[in-house]
Amino acid sequence: MISRQICGPLLATAFALLSDPARADALTSAVGTRQSLSVTAILMFLGFVAVSLGVTFWAARQGTSTAKDFYAAGGGLKGFQNGLAIAGDYTSAATFLGVTALVYTSGYDGMIYAIGFLVGFPMILFLIAEPLRNLGRYTFADVAAYRLSEVPVRAIAGANTLVIVVFYLIAQMVGAGKLIQLLFGLPYIYAVGIVGGLMMVYVTFGGMLATTWVQIIKAVLLMSGSALMSFLILWHFGFSLEALFREAVTLHPKAAAIMAPGGLVKDPISAMSLGLALIFGTAGLPHILMRFFTVRNARDARTSVLVATGFISVFYSLLFVLGFGAIALVSANPRFSDAAGGLTGGVNMVALHLADAVGGSLLLGFISAVAFATILAVVSGLTLAGASAASHDLYARVIRRGRASEHEEVLVSKAAVVAISLLSMGLGLVFENQNIAFMVGLVFAIAASANFPVILLSIVWPDLTTRGAVSGSLAGLLTSVGLVALSPGVWTATLKLGPAPFPYDNPALVSVPLAFAVSWAVSVLDRSTAAALVRASFGAQHVRAQTGMGIE
Amino acid sequence: MDPQQIQDIPAFRQLANERTRFGAGMSIGMAAAYFSYILTIAFWPRLLGLPLWNGTVITWGFLIGVGLIALGFVLTAVYVRRANSRFDHLSQRLLEEVQ
Repeated sequence: MISRQICGPLLATAFALLSDPARADALTSAVGTRQSLSVTAILMFLGFVAVSLGVTFWAARQGTSTAKDFYAAGGGLKGFQNGLAIAGDYTSAATFLGVTALVYTSGYDGMIYAIGFLVGFPMILFLIAEPLRNLGRYTFADVAAYRLSEVPVRAIAGANTLVIVVFYLIAQMVGAGKLIQLLFGLPYIYAVGIVGGLMMVYVTFGGMLATTWVQIIKAVLLMSGSALMSFLILWHFGFSLEALFREAVTLHPKAAAIMAPGGLVKDPISAMSLGLALIFGTAGLPHILMRFFTVRNARDARTSVLVATGFISVFYSLLFVLGFGAIALVSANPRFSDAAGGLTGGVNMVALHLADAVGGSLLLGFISAVAFATILAVVSGLTLAGASAASHDLYARVIRRGRASEHEEVLVSKAAVVAISLLSMGLGLVFENQNIAFMVGLVFAIAASANFPVILLSIVWPDLTTRGAVSGSLAGLLTSVGLVALSPGVWTATLKLGPAPFPYDNPALVSVPLAFAVSWAVSVLDRSTAAALVRASFGAQHVRAQTGMGIE
Repeated sequence: MDPQQIQDIPAFRQLANERTRFGAGMSIGMAAAYFSYILTIAFWPRLLGLPLWNGTVITWGFLIGVGLIALGFVLTAVYVRRANSRFDHLSQRLLEEVQ
């Protein structure tokens, strides 16, 4: 740690690069009231920003004017590259810091979340990855619109995507703002501005290619950072897990209880509901599904999932070592506790204190920069997914009914990136002091209820009709959003309206089966001529889904 | 060739059936393993707190948790392996037949 006199100007320079230089002075003066800064953290942060802007510049020179370049990085990524990018897209700073913090406070319970976040990936491969690649071009709505009537299907899929993207971005923005505020001592508003501004630049100028490389760099940094920390922790304990766990059990107030499931899962209904949202939600996340269109064929799509699953499995297993390492090495160290006896900066900072404890200020700086890179990679992927839904699905196909030129579509897409970035920055400021713990759960519930059933049914069920798909998706969206609004997490904790009308925090156990049931019932009852045509064209779709015949 | 005709070719039916059945089987396996774990946590959390052997602090819960993560990866690898050999082979044969 060094004095603020040196850091102030450095940070001011960092910020001046990104925004109005005249504001830098205001920033310098504000830093004094905040946490002291690590010069390594700032240098590494600047290094990452420089490299990522370099990548964006390079990607922009490769061209982002065609739809295929902008949405799908030209469609020629290798399976391995795409797998790494998926891992980078999926592992957010919230999971890195949050799961470590959860293990730190409750031990074993952290593993339940870690496993839930992972199991969705094999499901994507077994159920939808190959047909998705063979049928779609840029967004998952392409798949449902392959034989169903395009306008209604894209309208609802585009709306779902935007809802998911906006909620997910708010969650990431608020987390990012608070994290950067703590890491670099920046005021919240500047932190949100930097994140929003950088993601806007990456995505508008570099499209999918820049986003992909930001995600790949981040995945490699995050993996090596967590592997290095785990290595240092295990080294400290003579590479004996037994010794590490024993020390943690000795130091933790809950003692041996941290080695078994505790109070995280309250009742069987909540447990099943959360499980359902996690296992099927991943297969309905638009920014993850979009990545499958960046590879050439189904074979590369499979490799992508294998590589992503491998990286994510190792990463989540390492988080466990980190969490227990933090109990053993951070909890008893007075250097990391504040006057009240709590952890300095709150429990979410425990991964950073751990970096300091095992590797000193150099590792602290590195891990801080990694956390920052992690945020940027995730928000960029989300923004691009939102923009593709707004331009490819809603503007080009629903509003202009396919009459928009490709050039126009890409321009609208770039405008949408700017709009989504500004909106998410604004909402990030509005939600600064709100309780938003429910948002990530809500995103997974919407993805599992409104997107996953339609994608799966349109691939495997010949009798699905347009009316069935649209009403099922709408039922899933409205039920999941409605029940979350009536749940304890929103009704009681956020809106403060007293006891919640719907007693469970996660709606998936109701909304997922309901979406399937509505799709089925409406399709079966649909006797229109359009329905007959749609059913008759399943054969052609099935051939292409299975063989990839005819894909570009 | 018209896709409508391709779907009646036995080689296509075999490919589509095998892949659908294999994918469905694997996803049911994965979901069954995951939900058994979730239900164990909900109904018998103590089972997962039992030590692996006498005198250790490491519990069955850890082994099962790490095992589940590993299972996800192993099933993925098994699917990819089968798809890269068997399904791609069937698909190649079908393409030759059609052209």
